[in-house]
Amino acid sequence: MAAKWMSVAEVKQQILESSAEELTANYLETINKSKINGYITVSDKALEQAKKIDIEGLKGPLAGVPIAIKDNISVKGLPNSCGSKMLKNYIPPFNAHVIEKLLEAGAVILGKTNMDEFAMGSSTESSYFGPTLNPWDLERVPGGSSGGSAAVVAAGEAPFALGSDTGGSVRCPAAFCGVVGLKPTYGAVSRYGAVAYANSLEQIGPLANNVSDIAVLMDVIAGPDARDSTSAPNAKPEYQAALKADIKGLRIGVPKEYFGEGINPGVEKAVWAAIQRCEELGAFWEEVSMPHTKYALASYYIIAMSEASSNLARFDGTRYGFRAEGETWHSLISKTRAEGFGAEVKRRILLGTYALSAGYHDKYYLKALKVRSLVKQDFEKALGKVDVLMAPTMPNPAFKLGERLEDPLSLYLSDVNTVPINLAGVPSLSLPCGFTAGLPVGLQIIGKPFEEPTLLQTAYTFEQNTDYHNKRPPEVV
Amino acid sequence: MAYENPEGVMIGLEIHIQLNKLKSKMFCGCSTAYHDAEPNTHTCPVCLGLPGALPVLNKEVVRAAIKVGLALKGEIAEETQFHRKNYFYPDLPRGFQITQYDYPIVSNGKVVIEGEDGEHEVKIWRAHMEDDPGRLVHIGSIAKSKGVMINYNRSGIPLIETVTAPDMRSPKEARRFLDKFRNILEYLGVFDGNLEGAMRMDANVSIRGGTRVEIKNISSHKGVEKALLYEIMRQKNVLRRGGEITQETRHFDEARGVTLSMRTKEEAEDYRYFREPDLVSIHVSHLIPEIKATLPELPDAKRARFLEEYGITDMHAKALTSSILLADFYEGVCKKGAEPKTAATWIADVLLGELNYRNLVLASYDGVSLGCINDKEPELGNSFKADDMVELITLFTEGKISDKAAVEVLRTKLDSEEEKTPLQLVKEKGLFKAEAELVVKAVSEAIAENEIAVQDYLGGAEKSLNFLVGQVMKKTKGTADAKTARELLVKELKS
Repeated sequence: MAAKWMSVAEVKQQILESSAEELTANYLETINKSKINGYITVSDKALEQAKKIDIEGLKGPLAGVPIAIKDNISVKGLPNSCGSKMLKNYIPPFNAHVIEKLLEAGAVILGKTNMDEFAMGSSTESSYFGPTLNPWDLERVPGGSSGGSAAVVAAGEAPFALGSDTGGSVRCPAAFCGVVGLKPTYGAVSRYGAVAYANSLEQIGPLANNVSDIAVLMDVIAGPDARDSTSAPNAKPEYQAALKADIKGLRIGVPKEYFGEGINPGVEKAVWAAIQRCEELGAFWEEVSMPHTKYALASYYIIAMSEASSNLARFDGTRYGFRAEGETWHSLISKTRAEGFGAEVKRRILLGTYALSAGYHDKYYLKALKVRSLVKQDFEKALGKVDVLMAPTMPNPAFKLGERLEDPLSLYLSDVNTVPINLAGVPSLSLPCGFTAGLPVGLQIIGKPFEEPTLLQTAYTFEQNTDYHNKRPPEVV
Repeated sequence: MAYENPEGVMIGLEIHIQLNKLKSKMFCGCSTAYHDAEPNTHTCPVCLGLPGALPVLNKEVVRAAIKVGLALKGEIAEETQFHRKNYFYPDLPRGFQITQYDYPIVSNGKVVIEGEDGEHEVKIWRAHMEDDPGRLVHIGSIAKSKGVMINYNRSGIPLIETVTAPDMRSPKEARRFLDKFRNILEYLGVFDGNLEGAMRMDANVSIRGGTRVEIKNISSHKGVEKALLYEIMRQKNVLRRGGEITQETRHFDEARGVTLSMRTKEEAEDYRYFREPDLVSIHVSHLIPEIKATLPELPDAKRARFLEEYGITDMHAKALTSSILLADFYEGVCKKGAEPKTAATWIADVLLGELNYRNLVLASYDGVSLGCINDKEPELGNSFKADDMVELITLFTEGKISDKAAVEVLRTKLDSEEEKTPLQLVKEKGLFKAEAELVVKAVSEAIAENEIAVQDYLGGAEKSLNFLVGQVMKKTKGTADAKTARELLVKELKS
């Protein structure tokens, strides 16, 4: 029997009725028949791990529960390719903090999911391992960069997954694939073991079929970690405690800038319908203005590319990963990087290097930092008046494979509603809120720093009163 | 008289010191004691820069930097941050060094040195924290080596880089600054200058009518002095021939004693500095009072105290405080009962001279014995105990041995690995001064047995007295004090 679309609670029930091993076997069977190319590596240790849990008894909140991990989060003994030829054969000798936490909780790691190369992209098409297909329409992209994680959750190939979100990389694929995705507050989850694309912007975040499972996962992975200096020292909240179906009196801000030119009418309609549904459930909404939104995209790309140009310097063929042969050290490193990185990664390294160069540093990088402060102030002001902000996650539904490959700028533009959140470091959750032309639409709920519980409660209330999260893509097996 | 500085020499220094007395590396828990370790055994995901590993600042590095800043009389920044310095090199596992840029922890310090014309102040522009890269290892010479190996044991060792103003006016002043600087840092207990690679220096120098030239990566104080002497001569010659000095970076070839061009200003690297996003700002003001209170006595203060407390000469005080090990040894010897002035002479003049002659450097003082090492053959250095020094000085001051005998004992101690006390050596070598009666007896015998010499002396031939002294020495097997023997002879002969 193939496993399909189960919540964590259902998964746990099934483990009790059969075994962790059988459940994992079911998932592996589903994965085996997959048409969506969601996994780069399926773990050959998953069954063994599940068996061990059966023998040793179910300990921990996720005992025997399978999970999929984005291929930029280090799992000891499994390749960590980052979707790149450069790291195709790199096997980390250590676990990321979140992986340690998951293993402590008893989770079974099914495998590593596909992604845009080094998390640079919004379609998962820049992966060295080929694109992942959107389960709702196999001719469309799943979004990115955590496209593999979102797609396998949507296709029932894992109950939930971890992704990483630097400029929307959890929320975009969550919206495109019709699942729930959370970008936690910067510092809420340790980044130790996640391969950096843009350190000052990114967070590891969960993807699941429903809001409750997001809370379950956050309870396991969030919290301070001494190995990540940017991890917040404050004690983590109890995320599952926030799962109350009540938003009476909640103040919602609707930033008009997030409904700008070029927004898909179907998306706009679904999001407004969701806001009205919240009003019916007792919330109030008002329009707010976030005037610096229009500069956020440029600021984001300059900062992210600058940091990336430095982060990716370590891939030089000297110690691990891909190595091209060269006569001298200079030719070795040049060839390694020329052959090991894909076009989008090279583009971002070059642009980032340029933005940090003497003579351009102030004009680009420094200016981008100033804009970042202004964007952050927009959020502080807006969230001073309301409890949460609501907006479309993506201005459009999933687009066709290859449609934007020739025009990177149009791809960058689709991140317009997600990147400001990373610049500000605030939490944001994308939730299925309807469909347009048969494709899922994501509602983005943005909150104050470390107020993920408010986001979870709002999303949970919406979910309990709607049926979108129970909609499944057509059979893709 | 004020020093005129006829060539208009301006020298500035950039000095990297390893905080090798700290237990762990700058951003991970790996041990800093890598010098005798197998290659790549003192490494972890963090100092190897593996993807996903993150740096965590070792707080002891910050404390050490504050100590250094206070000792250099600098200002300590209330808030300080780290930046990335980006460049590609195989020994740099992340492709960037984590260093400090526009917010260094220390700024505006100073060090007073013995300059060309008395006390001279060298300003310290800044001192900041950064991490060391690994090391390239070649088999044989760089040119002939078949490949390059990389040892990352050094990767992540904490460094302090200190940048001075171009306040030194001669290579000699630069050398004196370095000696003093190293001495101060060793007093702080954060650094052991004897370890290989512990101190690396860049020097920049200009002369009147020229521009600044930087000489990179010199490993010894002597090397800095030599490189600067050569470079000043080179620059003078260029200008004399009507040429222009190019702003450039040069390399010092220690073996040939010359500087060679590495790259010009146009080829200068762009390090694309930006704030290290994996580390947070550090606030240190709350640490300063406590660190200030526990700062050890520094060389200048110790020197003043030695003058006051032990009544020794300024020259001795200076020599004895030129190294924390020597200063502690001297005080140890005094506390064990040696007379301070005599001890100062024996340590500053005699012991130091003997060490220099043997090319030995002080490497340790554990409160009991002074350990010396030889640069080239470390096993040659034998330890010399404070107790030995006290015993030797006592034997001498009590008149039991001559100064010559004492020096001989000292030399034997330094050259031998045998665990013998000075007293045992004096006995073995028969170095005791003869007992007074023995000398009196020998004097009478010498007069009785050498009538001709006695007559010659009484007849005015002063030289004959030397012969008689010789006879006394012979009879006492050389243990008599020659001066005493002469006095006794004269007294006896004139009576």
